[in-house]
Amino acid sequence: MSNDQGIQFTSEGKLKHFLTIEGLSKSLLTEILEVAESFASVSEQQVKKFPLLRGKTIINLFFENSTRTRTTFDLAATRLSADVLNMDISTSATSKGETLLDTIHNLEAMHIDMFVVRHSVSGAAHFIAEHVAPNISVINAGDGQHAHPTQAMLDMFTIRRFKKDFSQLKIAIVGDILHSRVARSQIQALNILGVAAVHVIAPKTLLPAKAESLGVKVFYNMKQGLEDVDVVIMLRLQKERMAGALLPTESEYYKCYGLTEEKLKFAKQDAIVMHPGPINRGVEIASEVADGTKSVILKQVSYGIAVRMAIMSMTMQATGNRK
Amino acid sequence: MTRIHISQGRIIDPENGTDSIGDIYIADNRIFSIMGRPEGFDADITIDASSQVICPGFIDLSVRLREPGATQKATIASEVKAAAASGVTALCIPPDTSPCIDNPAVVELIDDKAKAAGYGQIYPIGALTYKLQGQELSSMFALKNAGCIAVSNAQMPINNLLILRRAMEYAASFDLLLIYQPQDYHLSHQGCAHEGTIATRYGLPAIPEIAETTALLQCLELVAHTGCKVHFGQISCARSIDFIRQAKDAGLPVSADVAIHQLHLTEHDVLPFDGVYHVNPPFRTEGDRQALRKAVSEGVLDAICSDHQPHNIDAKLGAFPETEPGVSSLETLLPLTLRLVNENELNLMQAIVALTINPANILGLDTPSLKVGELADLCIFDPGKIWQINTQNWLSSGKNTPFWQQNLQGKVAHTIQNGQVVFSQGNSR
Repeated sequence: MSNDQGIQFTSEGKLKHFLTIEGLSKSLLTEILEVAESFASVSEQQVKKFPLLRGKTIINLFFENSTRTRTTFDLAATRLSADVLNMDISTSATSKGETLLDTIHNLEAMHIDMFVVRHSVSGAAHFIAEHVAPNISVINAGDGQHAHPTQAMLDMFTIRRFKKDFSQLKIAIVGDILHSRVARSQIQALNILGVAAVHVIAPKTLLPAKAESLGVKVFYNMKQGLEDVDVVIMLRLQKERMAGALLPTESEYYKCYGLTEEKLKFAKQDAIVMHPGPINRGVEIASEVADGTKSVILKQVSYGIAVRMAIMSMTMQATGNRK
Repeated sequence: MTRIHISQGRIIDPENGTDSIGDIYIADNRIFSIMGRPEGFDADITIDASSQVICPGFIDLSVRLREPGATQKATIASEVKAAAASGVTALCIPPDTSPCIDNPAVVELIDDKAKAAGYGQIYPIGALTYKLQGQELSSMFALKNAGCIAVSNAQMPINNLLILRRAMEYAASFDLLLIYQPQDYHLSHQGCAHEGTIATRYGLPAIPEIAETTALLQCLELVAHTGCKVHFGQISCARSIDFIRQAKDAGLPVSADVAIHQLHLTEHDVLPFDGVYHVNPPFRTEGDRQALRKAVSEGVLDAICSDHQPHNIDAKLGAFPETEPGVSSLETLLPLTLRLVNENELNLMQAIVALTINPANILGLDTPSLKVGELADLCIFDPGKIWQINTQNWLSSGKNTPFWQQNLQGKVAHTIQNGQVVFSQGNSR
């Protein structure tokens, strides 16, 4: 168990792959946030490009559809002056029976420097990182129900921008924890950064076994779970959860767990509302809340670029040093 | 006919509970003498068994040979060599070959291949339902006549309880043993790891304990109703043991086994994303592991099997949930069982009972014994020998074991099947 995070580092201890938050130190997470901060402040100015990854080739290897995540990775790489290739694998190689590893080795032969991988199976990014050539970095852009570490880092970045001291914060994560890679990575990051408490709020059907072992307090209703929290993170509800008999109807879910202005009153006066997107209005969140003054959902999207620039430049430096 | 003299071994005969140093003489496939050298006995082969244990050959209740259907993983020829090297002199093949064992022609094919490979006692388990589809009954009577020792649906689901009830009633009519791996299809569907802290942390689709216990309880009720003899294969949960114990106490005709690796590994040993730890049922909690060990020592779990499932490299290469489940485990059966003895979980006699006479009794075979006149199926092993699992010492085509490159203690030196030496490593001449 202990050596599975070791794969993320070079022998000199530098971050080489970014696969999961688990096993990363508080100082490393803080460093990522600091580097992202420097990119963010510059991004808000006119000249947006940095020459840090000039001459590098990055492939966005998406085995699962995504618009937002891929776009922000694409922009992040472009702003670092890298060459970017987007590959939608679900419609090409693997459907011809090519194995995951064959796909990777074929792309490797084209002298790629970094893979940004999204895959529907837990552990896929880890598996690729174990098998790629040593000079290639792998960034996990979401694997199955396991991890989505760049999303978690941009969420930490957002929280830090609005709330100064992590150690004082209570955070609630609401929705489908069982199937959520975002929630798993967020919970790990929040605990490493040392928040006061993480609440998860969901019906039992959307909670994993022994959820407390993740380092959270479990609540089945919004009133108790939202009490006194500083940050409310809503998760997207996948439509197929109804077919799997995990929930009766969208409207019942909205009634119990949808974030309305009324329920938001249980949280602190100055609480912020976050969502990894894309949002289902009227399912997990009311439009008034999503578009309201406490919502920082669109900020999350723009911060996503700076955070991904930070992670890409840091990991690429590690592999660059190795050559 | 080969005449064999085995000298000065520690002879352990679980049938009459004896444990003493002595010689065994084999002639005409049978044990000819165990007292002294019969007059005029001229051995073709002499085996020096000093500091070694001589016991009946092991009977393994679940060994996948991968033939017919998956010869890229292994063949009957490759795996019977591994079986012989593991001291296994008789083995059962689950019916999920391809084509599956649902007609006498497949039984015959397996038989022919085993004979050609020079291995005597292979017992195919017939399919319980046609094509293992869980819908229509197989021709169980024909399968029994063709040589199937039991019937089973392996890990394939049975559509509903009515079909299971009918299948059990029909099997009971012909006194056929049902081998049942309790696991509810819907509760376990697409799962790959125990539903617990590890699966939760790594986001792995999970197989809960209740997938096993609810299926077990339903089947136990049907045993009480139909009178069908049932053997439960590869039990993994502590709670299942309680139910099996109660059923036995109530006099139901049931027995159970556990796969050897379940007695050693837990969910916490599972390195996430290393497919070699992907097994079904999954490695469970420390509490389950301890309960399984205790149940073997108390005889609630009657037998230890290898649950041998050799794979090719590709089958284990991928993200964890996408790899194929199963461990190549024939060759670790003895050393991992002896580890339980060294850890004082079992005594050596109990360990040998779980590998020999208990599986024989479950299958309705003659109780193996080291008496004069018995068929000579023997295992001679060195309980102290330390060896490393590596390509030089490994015979199975499947190298998918979590113990790869580890040092294990206890190695088979000679295996004698039907009075013939089928495996030999060491002191014979």
